[in-house]
Parts: sequence; structure tokens; C-alpha cells
Amino acid sequence: MASNVVTPKAHRLVSILPQTETEWTFRVEHHGPVNHGQFMQLSLPRVGECPISISGFTDDTVDFTIRRVGHVTDELFNLKPGDDLFLRGTYGNGWPYQEIKDKNLVIIAGGTGVSPVKSMINALHDADGDKQVYLILGFKDDHAILFRDDLEKWRANPRFHCIYCLDHMSAEGFHEGMVTAFLDQVPFAEFGDDYACVVVGPPVMMRFAGLGLLRQGVPEEKIWMSFERKMSCAVGKCGHCRIDETYVCLDGPVFNYTKAKQLID
Amino acid sequence: MEEVGLKRLTGDALDRYFGTLLDRFQIWAPVCIPAGGRYQGQDAVQYKPVSNWRDIVWDRRSDYSSREAILPITQTLYTFTGDDYREVKPKQAKDLLILARSCDIHAIRHLDEIFLQNGGYEDSFYRRVRDKVHFALMECTHEFDGCFCVSLGTNDTDDYAMRLAFDDEGIFFEAKDPSLDCADATPSDRAFSNPTENELKVEFPEFRSIEEVNELKSHPMWDEYNSRCISCGACTIVCSTCTCFETRDIVYSLNHHVGERRRTASSCMVAGFDAVAGSKGIRLEAKDRYRYKIMHKIYAHDARFHTGPMCVGCNRCSAHCPQLISYPATINKVSQALREIREQEVGYGE
Repeated sequence: MASNVVTPKAHRLVSILPQTETEWTFRVEHHGPVNHGQFMQLSLPRVGECPISISGFTDDTVDFTIRRVGHVTDELFNLKPGDDLFLRGTYGNGWPYQEIKDKNLVIIAGGTGVSPVKSMINALHDADGDKQVYLILGFKDDHAILFRDDLEKWRANPRFHCIYCLDHMSAEGFHEGMVTAFLDQVPFAEFGDDYACVVVGPPVMMRFAGLGLLRQGVPEEKIWMSFERKMSCAVGKCGHCRIDETYVCLDGPVFNYTKAKQLID
Repeated sequence: MEEVGLKRLTGDALDRYFGTLLDRFQIWAPVCIPAGGRYQGQDAVQYKPVSNWRDIVWDRRSDYSSREAILPITQTLYTFTGDDYREVKPKQAKDLLILARSCDIHAIRHLDEIFLQNGGYEDSFYRRVRDKVHFALMECTHEFDGCFCVSLGTNDTDDYAMRLAFDDEGIFFEAKDPSLDCADATPSDRAFSNPTENELKVEFPEFRSIEEVNELKSHPMWDEYNSRCISCGACTIVCSTCTCFETRDIVYSLNHHVGERRRTASSCMVAGFDAVAGSKGIRLEAKDRYRYKIMHKIYAHDARFHTGPMCVGCNRCSAHCPQLISYPATINKVSQALREIREQEVGYGE
């Protein structure tokens, strides 16, 4: 019999790295190819299954940074290293890393939207490039700041220009304001044609960040966005992530803006 | 196809024939579920495995479609004991013979597109049942209230192993698969006939661009459904072509470590279907959900698979709607709204 694509397989939880009180990173044993920006279906027996972005990976592990927002995620917070959790995937296209990695990059992410770009930012950080990387990363408040160690590491990279912000307050190293308020600090004119923009976060934030970039004169085809939907299957059967003829799980979650602007569900 | 007289089987001979079929097949057919209808004392006609041909309800449209034979409303996919998921093995070893109307047989094509083709992933649970399916085409002796199969070309099909018509004494049949023939049957001069014209004619709109589709989404024609549609999902549960589902783990009440993972039919009409992490969803009003369903049926599925509307014209959705919302009338309104949009665009261009 052909293998069943929706059967979850047991994987060992290696370690838990708390980011905030409500957002923890779960590092899980996993061998296999991963693209930046892909996701997996994560299961716990008795509790259920849900899609989670991969926030980091090595040859032997994948990281999931998870906020307690639902049934499955609540139960995850009771796990201990050495416990099993169940995975299937990887799913989705991920970011067009090979296409954009040698360009100047503007990465705009909000809240847990930082998870699906984190591994890509680290890959850029570790690479010997000469291009500029602008990071505009926003969080709700100082309790919601994710990946503090990574944020400081990126800030120390001379090629990286880091604008970190909090929605309604300021803190040391963090401006007050939405990510869209800082788009005019990116010197798009200096990039010429050689740049790309990456946007990921809550739907409203993505919409306004997209419009904000267009106002800065960024052509649509230079903008990439990652969509999130709570799919039940991730293999194009359950229907939850369908937007017209597009299935976010199969055709995304990353879309060029020329396509993303047409996805009205 | 040249029309030949159907063969006749009645009484004891039909009982014996049905017995031989039951040796080979699990036979699915529409049967009466007493008091199983929407209102008190009302029956429902639903597909179930049958053991006696006399139980088959042949003179009216079933309330629920034949897709349930292949895609049950709820099915168990896995059991878990302790900490592992184990795939549930199929209980049914026999092949399935499904007594279906032409429209319902056409509907299977759309289920195949989702479960066997979409994204290059094949669903094992669907595949293992689908490979066992044989259709017995049931004649529609007359068109049922609100049918519009002819508008979609689903009023006839060649995809059957046998076809049959019922009367009170028995069946008239033709076996395309010779192994389903019966030596006891007698010749008759009755021909097989399905409706070639419906009283109701529905013109499905053809969309020219995604821009046009998106413009239609914000047209005021959808507003009335906020007060009419109650987002109950009755239309999608009876639909022959709807495929959406939820996956849920449930535990047995006596032992919380043991349970099963189930797939249960879901509906884009129900609030929460489009939930994203930590939020209520995207289509928050009934009109948005209704519009999403309609546009899937008449535009989106065809845009992906190029096999026409995700609809076979059975109109069970309208018949089952507690709010008496007519799906064909909605499609006509879409066509009208589309004409308005195009006229406006011509106007701007001048």
C-alpha cells in the first residue's frame, strides 16, 4: 500500500526554549530537507492537529515557536524534553530564498510572524554577502518580544539595519509604533532594482505593509507575503485554506504580491 | 447508444438476484429513515447499505446524496492507545455497488479531483473505498422538484456497471458488466429514460478575469443573505460535491488515553471554518460565507480543475435549506450582478 500522507509520525522533543511567558520554542528531532518559511502539521494524540511554521532548523532538528492560542498549543506547553510529539510535512513552498538571498532585502514581520522568517534571517546573517538587510520587526509590547538573543545578534551585524518596534509603547532598543510607520527609513532609491521585500504577520498588518511599500514606490513583483490559515490537512483536501482557486497549503503559503493582492476570501 | 428493451425481474426471482449481488457487494441505496427528517415526524431519505430491494426508495430524490457511501459524514481514520496513531483498517472487504442517480455519479468526478488529484496528493482513506465502487444508475422516472441537471449536462452518464428502473413489483435493468446479468430475467419493451429537459433552467455565469470575480464579491447582491442565511451548513451536508472536513481527536470517556482521530464533514457556511491562530476568522458575516460557497461552486473549482462548476444540478441544497434560500435563484442574481458590473465598466470606458 502506498504511504498515507496524513499519518503523523512520532518525533522526540529535544528541548524547550521559552521566548516569552506565552511563546515557547519547541526543538524537535527531524531529519529531512526544509525550506525557509515552510510549515508542518503537528499532532498530539487526544488533542488534535494544527499547522505550525518552522522557525529554525538544522540537519537534525526543527524549531516551532508557538503561542498558547488554542487547544493543541495549550497542551504542547505541558510537554517535557524527551516526550514525543507527532509531525507530518514539511508543507508549503517557503520563501524564494535562492532568488532573493543575493539582493538587498527588506524584511517586515509582526509578532509570531517573525517565526517563519527567522531561519532565513539567520541564514542571511551567517552568509558572506555584501548586500544590505533591513529588518523592521514589530511586537505588541515588551512582554511579546520574541527571539531576543537573535534580535541582538542581528543588530550587531554591520550589514543589518534593524528597526525593532512595539505597537503602543517604547523600550530600550525598541521604537514605539507599527511597522508601517518605519517604511520611509528604508533607502529604496539606493537599491536601484536590486532588492526584494518580505512581509509576514497578522492579516491586517500584511495588508497595510503591502500598501505602504507600494506608496514607497516598490513594484508589486518585488514584494513577497506569507499567508496563514488553520488548515486541517495541509494536502489540499480539507478546504479550510482555499481562497478562490488557490490553496494556501499547496500553492503558498508564500505568494508574490502580484498574486497575493488577488487573494480575497 | 442504441436503446434496447430492459430486462424484467420481480418477486422471488428478484430476491434471488439481489441475494447474489449481496454475496459480492455491499449495496448502497436510498432508504427511508423514519422521523429522520428536519422537522418532527418527517422522514428522511438517505444512503445506507441495504439487504432487501424493497427498502429502496426509488420514487423521490434522496434528501442526502450518494457521496456518503464513499465519504461518510464522520469516519474514524486513526486510533491511538497511549502515544501512537494507528491507521484504522477498512472494515468492508466487499466491493460497493451504489445505486445512484446520474447527477450523483457525475458528482464523484469532483470528489476525485479533490481527494485523488489536488496538489498531487492522494488521500488513502478515499482511495481505498473509491477503488471498490461500482455504480448502478437509477432511472429518474420523472424530474424531481427543482432539478436542473440538464443545465449542467449531468442528466445522463455512461459511467455505470448496470442501470435500472423500479416499479412496485420489481426492476427493469440492463447489465453493462456481464457478470451482473441474470438468467432468470425476462425481456421487456421498456426503455431506460432519464429527463432530457427540466422545467428549471439555470445559466451558469462565465467569469472573464479574477478582477471581475473580486468585484462581484463586494456587490450589494450579497447583503440580503445576512438576514436570510443562518449559517447552519444544511446546504453543504446534503450537497453531492462538497468535500470539506475537520479532523478531530476524541477520547473514550472511560479511558482518556485511548481514543480516535476522526474526519467529519465540515462546512464553509459555519462560523469558525476560516479561523486563523488566535482569531475568529475572516468571513465574519453570513453573507460573506454564503458568497464564498457560491463562488466556489460556480467559479473557483472550475478555475482550478477546468471541469466545470462544482455542482451537478440536484438542488438538494435549496430543498434542505430551512430558510428557503434558492441556490438557482442566487446564480441568476450573480449573472445579473455580473452584467451590471460589465455595463458599468463599458460606461467608464466611454
